[in-house]
Amino acid sequence: MHRWLVLVPMVAILGAPWFANRIEPRIFGMPFLLAWISGWVLCTSLVLWFVDSRETSADE
Amino acid sequence: MTTAVEFGEATIALGLMALTLVIAFVLSIRGRGAQSLEQWSVASRGFGSVLIFMLLAGEIYTTFTFLGGSGWAYARGAPAYYIIGYASVAYAASYWLLPAIWRRGVSWQVITQPDYFARAYDSPWLGRVVAIVGTCALIPYLVLQLKGLGILVSESSYGLIHADLAILLGTAALIVYVVLAGVRGSAYTAAFKDILVLCTVVGLGIALPYTLHGGIGPMFDTLIAKQPEFFVFPERGLSGTWYTSTILMTVFGFYMWPHTFGSVFAARSDAAFRRNAILMPLYQIILLFVFFIGFAAITAVPGLKGPDADLALLRVTRLSYGPWVMGLVGAAGLLTALVPGSLILMSTATILSRLITSSTGTDARGEVRIAQLMVPFVAALALFFVYRGGQTIVTLLLFAYAIVTQLFPAVLLTLLWPHRTNAMGAAAGMIAGLGVVAYTTMADVTLATILPSVTSHITDINIGVLALLVNIAVLALFTLATSGSRPAP
Repeated sequence: MHRWLVLVPMVAILGAPWFANRIEPRIFGMPFLLAWISGWVLCTSLVLWFVDSRETSADE
Repeated sequence: MTTAVEFGEATIALGLMALTLVIAFVLSIRGRGAQSLEQWSVASRGFGSVLIFMLLAGEIYTTFTFLGGSGWAYARGAPAYYIIGYASVAYAASYWLLPAIWRRGVSWQVITQPDYFARAYDSPWLGRVVAIVGTCALIPYLVLQLKGLGILVSESSYGLIHADLAILLGTAALIVYVVLAGVRGSAYTAAFKDILVLCTVVGLGIALPYTLHGGIGPMFDTLIAKQPEFFVFPERGLSGTWYTSTILMTVFGFYMWPHTFGSVFAARSDAAFRRNAILMPLYQIILLFVFFIGFAAITAVPGLKGPDADLALLRVTRLSYGPWVMGLVGAAGLLTALVPGSLILMSTATILSRLITSSTGTDARGEVRIAQLMVPFVAALALFFVYRGGQTIVTLLLFAYAIVTQLFPAVLLTLLWPHRTNAMGAAAGMIAGLGVVAYTTMADVTLATILPSVTSHITDINIGVLALLVNIAVLALFTLATSGSRPAP
């Protein structure tokens, strides 16, 4: 079940032109679109770590 | 006319690059004694997880990242963002894809991509077709590394060495590196490279905006005030549709490279893929700093058009800092071309060697010897395409991806419906997809020129995705047309 959470960052990155194609609000000085994509890149690691830890504990 | 000052600066920069090259040679020759790609992959099981992580990242940071990424940020703006996004989506997808491929590959005891196809489709000739497709994709990948090598040597020499000669010198260094070192010690060289790349890219990515604009925020303030549309996707051309379809194409092709696909079978368990999938997106964040360098170069070195945009990183470094920094950046760039370049060159030579020896029954030692003999020929073929020129580094990689992605539908079929696999259908699908890529490239047409009255939401789709759709349609037709199913392999 948790495995499907991996789709969230994938959709967020792929859908960036529809969700975040703008400059404001600026994040750390960066245009919003660039901040959105890089933020979700970092979230990919977090989500994968969460899913993996859940699956590992379920296996045990 | 070269001045004595320029000659002195070029000597310092080139001296630092030569020193780095020597260190890379020494690290490789002192490495472990694997003599083939498979031996190297299997030997890599003995490395710790940190070195494995470095090794995987070593394959990812190529001249595409270093020069191409900054060049596209400089010339294109928002469309370059696909570069930071595609690998993360691929790692997330690998969470499902790689364990499935690994389980099948291990149960069939295959170690290469052509072996996998030959076994899955019960067809040795399909294995040979896949080997040829893999080679066709690896050549443009090698071309972009050689192009990058030429740019690095030429720019670091402050123009003393002409670009054409610089490409020759870079290629000679690559051939010597491959023949002398093979793939020995690649992990240590990759670790050395990554530390150097991390330091230079993060250092420059922070220092350049501060030196030229007073900070990252002020840099964007200046650029947005001048050209706000540069930082969002345009309505047409390299639009949002192009971005999403390009990411999808590169994600489907990400693990289809012959050397990447083959390395999947070397893992001890599928836990390794999950661990790497978690860590690797973090590595992509360095691309933000690559973009900052490209953006900082916009006002500092204006006017770089077409393929010259790939020079942005080196030109802005040369303008802003002295020859010592230039030499350090050149050295890091040199390694981003040499380490992945050697892997691609070895991989291509090995595939060609197998194609030749599969019908003659040569032993493994003879196979390695033939692969080593193939190295200069493969490099010469790549050089031919380098000198034809005219493409940016990113365009070359997208072309290579459009080719290698054509293997994906046939792989997916082996995972989802193994009892319906049909070698003729798989080959026909690949050939149809490659036909679309070849036609659109050679005739220089896009969907927009073929269908001028259709909305740009459709016509901006990356041509590689269109080729993939044609491939899937042909594969489906053949698969459905063949009566009934057969036992799963």
